[in-house]
Amino acid sequence: MHIVVCTKHTPDTEAKMSVDGAGNISWGESPLIINPWDEYAVEEALLLREKYDGKVTVVSVGPEEAVEALKHAIAMGCDEAIRVWDDACQGADTLATSYVLARTIEKIGDADLILFGKSAIDAQTWQTGAAVARRLGMPALMYTIKIAELDPDGKTITVERLLEEGRQIVTAPLPAVVGTTKGINEPRYTSFIGIRKAAKMAYPLWSLDEVGAEIERVGAAGAAVRWPQVFMPPVREGEAEIIAGETIEESVSLLIDRLMEEKVI
Amino acid sequence: MDFSLTDEHEMTARMVRDFAEREVAPVIKEYDRAQRVNPDFLARMAALGILGICIPARYGGAGMDYICLGVACEELERIDTSLRVVMSVHVGLNSLGLLQWGTEAQKQRWLVPQARGERYAAYALTEPGAGSDVVAITATARREKDVYILNGEKMWISLANVAHNFLVFAKTDPRAEPPHRGITAFVVEREMAGVTTGDIHGKLGVRAGSTGWISMDDVEVPVENRIGEEGEGFKIAMSCLDNGRYTVAAGATGLIRACLEASLSYAQERHTFGRPIGQHQLIQQMIAYMARDYDMARLLYLRAGWLKNLGRRNTRETSMAKWFATEASFTAASNAVQIHGAYGYSDEYDVERYLRNAKGACIYEGSSQIHELIQAGYALGYRQDKPLRCELPAYDPEYWQTVEDTL
Repeated sequence: MHIVVCTKHTPDTEAKMSVDGAGNISWGESPLIINPWDEYAVEEALLLREKYDGKVTVVSVGPEEAVEALKHAIAMGCDEAIRVWDDACQGADTLATSYVLARTIEKIGDADLILFGKSAIDAQTWQTGAAVARRLGMPALMYTIKIAELDPDGKTITVERLLEEGRQIVTAPLPAVVGTTKGINEPRYTSFIGIRKAAKMAYPLWSLDEVGAEIERVGAAGAAVRWPQVFMPPVREGEAEIIAGETIEESVSLLIDRLMEEKVI
Repeated sequence: MDFSLTDEHEMTARMVRDFAEREVAPVIKEYDRAQRVNPDFLARMAALGILGICIPARYGGAGMDYICLGVACEELERIDTSLRVVMSVHVGLNSLGLLQWGTEAQKQRWLVPQARGERYAAYALTEPGAGSDVVAITATARREKDVYILNGEKMWISLANVAHNFLVFAKTDPRAEPPHRGITAFVVEREMAGVTTGDIHGKLGVRAGSTGWISMDDVEVPVENRIGEEGEGFKIAMSCLDNGRYTVAAGATGLIRACLEASLSYAQERHTFGRPIGQHQLIQQMIAYMARDYDMARLLYLRAGWLKNLGRRNTRETSMAKWFATEASFTAASNAVQIHGAYGYSDEYDVERYLRNAKGACIYEGSSQIHELIQAGYALGYRQDKPLRCELPAYDPEYWQTVEDTL
């Protein structure tokens, strides 16, 4: 089984974001890390490999800094890493990024399963995984909370999807794209063996030519979304009020009185 | 000159930080309050390979370098001192001592299970009546054919009630002149008849850590358990301290960082006189001290780690790092409590624990006063390092990370 995990590098969750007058976003000195949601996808891939054998390849479309995300995935236990980049990829939206990812997965050729994290913590579009599935003509099993069955020989997969109304059980043919969600597993820490491998490994860089992507369909040129104005959300003003009673019952009753007074309920 | 850390150092720091933040930080206060050791922490550190971090893979370790040991200690003590204490005794004082002084057979027998985290290790030098004055120890080891008979009490021993293997120092010749030539080192195992241990409660700090006593009553220790030669124990004890103190220095650096982080966050959320207290100059001064001391402590321990990697003697530099970092951590913790005001005085916040935990390290592994004497001794030329029969091996990634040619 060949499992491909798509990942991106994001600022640390504690990073402080700022936007300058020209609309350029900065994450300050924050270290770049693997998108935290992608750790669930990597973990799921490693669990599947432990069960069914095969290999796990981690892929990222990104500049030099994207290697940080790949390194983390290798240190967790992935077998191979591929970075795809060209300066023309800058300014991409999910449409353009999914195009490059889809070309890359086609070039890899033998992927049975493509895993994504539920979203990236920086842009939060939740779209890239589904877009890649659409481009590859594969089923998109997003919001997956559990891979219930997988039959590598029969080429089918059954997953439980977490929907607002409950869980939906879906069976689909392989290859398929699975979007993982928090709760599907508990991502492992990196291991020392993995760290040593990740530190020593060479990270191959594939060009747009190599993956067969047309330059006018990537980056800002290939993007459908424009950002005419970027600004920080206004700082929320408000005051916190601690409502405390002697007992929980009393606190709740005081809270209800207060909420009714404010006409919240 | 290159001050940058390698990917291996950075990723090690991140892994240890993830573990400590995810598994220890949420519950440590509860264990500290109850003065209880959480046995899972040790088991988890073993499972993650942290207990054998800088031991060569051929001896069951993770094969990382001495700087990785330092950054791991910094990350662990940033969350709680008790975690770093484990590294000081299990890795610094015991396992690295075996790596430096043990025969191949002794490394296979004790170092391998310790590095794998299957057996926990401690270091037993201090006694009720002998701390800084090491030669005043009264534990004895009497040779009888193929065994030594050990008798005596060891006190203030970290992991006393938890460890399986103890590196014990006892006098084989109580009348030796000079007296330090009468001390010999042994591996004593918990299972040996006549070994009893207990915990000490009521400590000011490190209340989630195990500290206790070991009593030896006619314990028969085979000759094969003697580390080094008869009379070499003092040198072994001191060279182990070069490694233990390194972990203490790195850990105290993490404690300063914890104080700084807590203070930065509180200084920005707490308001007095109409603005965040971080905008008041006297608060800024305390924060500036912490930022300065964090950088200085970190540079000092990293220099010591770098010397270890090169296989160069680092007694002076390690002592300097330990002395500075521990004293600075106590000051940082005291200032962190001050910045937090009355809240800092209660255990609702972590800084009161930092203050209590910081004090111990100014006392153990060479009190600050001992380190002052050491530093003055070097500066005045009264003290010089003599080559040892066995030196701590320089870090060689090839040798450390290959397992094929074991034995």
